Amino acid sequence: MSPLGPTTEAEAAAFISEARRAGKPLVFQGGGTRAGLGRPINAAQVMTSRGLTGITLHEPAELVISARAGTPLVEVEAKLAAAGQVLPFEPVDLRPLYGTTGEPTVGGIVAGNWSGPRRVAVGAARDHLIGVRFVNGRGEAVKSGGRVMKNVTGLDLVKLQCGAHGTLGFLTEVTFKVLPKPESTATLVYGGLDDRRGVALLTDALTSPFEVSGAAHLPPGTGGAGARTLVRLEGFSPSVDYRCNALQSLLAEFGMPVRLTGPDALELWTEVRDARFLAEPREHAVWRLSTPPTSGPGLVDRLRNELDFVHFYDWGGGLIWLSTAATGDAGAAAIRQALGPDGGHATLLRAPDGLRAATPVFQPLAPALLALTRRIKASFDPDAILNPGRMYAEA
Amino acid sequence: MSAIAFPLPEASILVRRDAILRGLAELVPPECLVTSEDERRAFETDGLTAYRRMPLAVALPRNTEEVSAILRFCHENGVKVVPRGAGTSLCGGAIPQEDAIVLGIAKMNRILEVDYGNRIARVQAGVTNLAITGAVSAENFFYAPDPSSQLACTIAGNIAMNSGGAHCLKYGVTTNNVLGVRMVMIDGTVVDLGGAHLDSGGLDLLGIVVGSEGQLGVVTEATVRILRMAEGATPVLFGFPSVESAGATVAAIIGAGLIPVAIEYMDKLAIEICEAFAHAGYPLDVEAMLIIEVEGCEAEIQAQLGRIVEIAKTHGVSVVKESRSAMETAAIWKGRKSAFGATGRIADYICMDGTIPTGRLPEVLKRIDELCAQHGLRAANVFHAGDGNLHPLVLYNINDPVEQEKAETVGNEILKLCVEVGGCLTGEHGVGVEKRDLMTFQFDTVDLDQQMRLRAAFDPAWLLNPAKVFPLEGRIAA
Repeated sequence: MSPLGPTTEAEAAAFISEARRAGKPLVFQGGGTRAGLGRPINAAQVMTSRGLTGITLHEPAELVISARAGTPLVEVEAKLAAAGQVLPFEPVDLRPLYGTTGEPTVGGIVAGNWSGPRRVAVGAARDHLIGVRFVNGRGEAVKSGGRVMKNVTGLDLVKLQCGAHGTLGFLTEVTFKVLPKPESTATLVYGGLDDRRGVALLTDALTSPFEVSGAAHLPPGTGGAGARTLVRLEGFSPSVDYRCNALQSLLAEFGMPVRLTGPDALELWTEVRDARFLAEPREHAVWRLSTPPTSGPGLVDRLRNELDFVHFYDWGGGLIWLSTAATGDAGAAAIRQALGPDGGHATLLRAPDGLRAATPVFQPLAPALLALTRRIKASFDPDAILNPGRMYAEA
Repeated sequence: MSAIAFPLPEASILVRRDAILRGLAELVPPECLVTSEDERRAFETDGLTAYRRMPLAVALPRNTEEVSAILRFCHENGVKVVPRGAGTSLCGGAIPQEDAIVLGIAKMNRILEVDYGNRIARVQAGVTNLAITGAVSAENFFYAPDPSSQLACTIAGNIAMNSGGAHCLKYGVTTNNVLGVRMVMIDGTVVDLGGAHLDSGGLDLLGIVVGSEGQLGVVTEATVRILRMAEGATPVLFGFPSVESAGATVAAIIGAGLIPVAIEYMDKLAIEICEAFAHAGYPLDVEAMLIIEVEGCEAEIQAQLGRIVEIAKTHGVSVVKESRSAMETAAIWKGRKSAFGATGRIADYICMDGTIPTGRLPEVLKRIDELCAQHGLRAANVFHAGDGNLHPLVLYNINDPVEQEKAETVGNEILKLCVEVGGCLTGEHGVGVEKRDLMTFQFDTVDLDQQMRLRAAFDPAWLLNPAKVFPLEGRIAA
């Protein structure tokens, strides 16, 4: 069956109404660069947002941009760049990890709440999303939020749609608040620290007044290099210089860093953002864990006794990317057990279909939250037409 | 005074008042239950004092378990519940109903844990906004959202309303600064949403709870982000000969890639009122004033200020006055943050809270003046200019029913205007009861229906704060 490709929101609504009438679920797709994400879905009919493109609003002086959901991310980023602006949360590009081609769409970024290293300082995609339009499972075109950055009018469906992986609606248009592109960037690279020392350094940096906007630790072997601990500073040139020096003094006990600027630094942070270090071996499973930052190294220690893996940290230690053999449950039970004491969640980002069908891809929910999630799903999609089972087998 | 309708109390609940009180008395000790008419009177309104309703009773539980027991009891007995923080809501979010109990969390006011390494504080929900900063300021940390009522308002109320403040241009609002909550559902079930880690592993339920105005559950604990204070901060006063030049300056600053931590606007009347109260050194011979605060290291402050002053000059600024001391800085912010209270000294007022695209500022301000003039009223304008969140204070005499009606009419017209130009009804105060009946100006039926279906997924029988947010007609249950 060829994919449905609505070119207007009204068409999308009509397709969903028809699917609901026929009782035939739909699978949503943007640029197809995250094929392999979430639980596999048994649905014959694909609906793509690729016909819904175009930037619909950009007011540089109001720090706001709107685009239809199928608009390629590069288009939005180019438009912003021309005005000296960026999407502050550094959207993650998962093509290297999934080995996919094509162009990520803004709708795909929103559906997965895909935020990169700067998330630790300025917030996630969900924090910068201020408006959405979507079609719910009744075939109704719904709007929430808008184009102004302070808005508490009614329930915040914007947040709920961000990271819902298309299970609560087919996104048709999204609006972000944006920020000026930092004038200058510098990265301090410390060598030779083990995980605990590396994360201790990042903690000191993040609790300093020097506005760190990237904090990653790469254990030895990551990207074929020795251990590296990265601290990024951004802003006006004089301020970045001052803060680099101040941080270096503050962190003197960790040794003398190399100061990285320009394309090399950009490349390094892109590798961190997209977890490119874990792209190979391709047959391995990839996990993304979120936990309190200072708990990161202890969690990794606990796992060491249970599992073979390679890993690195972002978000000051709170985001752990981890690659395991794609056998058994790919380490699911051990990983979720190890998370337990400090809280957080683990998502199985990459694994063969069979494994993702048999192992919970998203962190399993406590019974009360699962029941609530099912009621919420039904409140948007009473007949389970929209990406059914993408996040949870039971919802 | 009856412009805003409340649902008629259910007689079947009112006749059971004694039984309901007996039931509650089994769940909490006597000092946690307010039943006498005199004492209940303290809870009959909030910051929207023109409206009052006497609740059946007020429960003031001490912990999550007691909250759970009370909600379970109310759920089983069909009793409505109006959650309450400190009662500072400006939109009537905490105004009771005669057939409801008030559930206040003010006794739950302990800081449970501060973890500087992970940059979080875990607090009971009745802790005041400023108490969080107070608990961590010795280590040079702070909690960022800073509503003007921060001395009194609770974190529970901030979460309910997704409160903002003067510094959210840089730091965001409550939803960007809360990482987790413990919440009691209407049936007494206790759930934990989020935690000390970033982002949700499933649906962003925390994102929907923040700003839900006490309609989805009762939050008893919160884990919030605390941030390290900047090395320094300097507010600067900019006086302008016209509203337009002040508005154009704001747009030009942001368009130039500068994001000060705060850009606050005051018009002539607001300046006069606040200066008379706070003696902050505001310029009195100008039509509009901006308070622009920049922060960071000295190099950062000077680099930013230099550019901002340059931009202001090209737009005809007539006064530039930099704070020279911590005392001056405190006075400058005292003047701004007491704007509502200071205005209350000279007249009664209703405070609007619409947000508009900042590019429309000059025309909207002009239109607000015209609307007021048409009805023979005056407005003082004081607002967060960087993000377009307006707070026109429409002045009137509360003892003159005709004038009060005019003021409410003007207020509604202003909010419709905000929606018309691409903005919204409320930027940080919430819908409450005040803007409930205006929701149809911003939302279509399908938009509101979807919100109500979601609401019903949490509270199928509409027992939690039911008179608020959604128009009384056309409600959707589970």
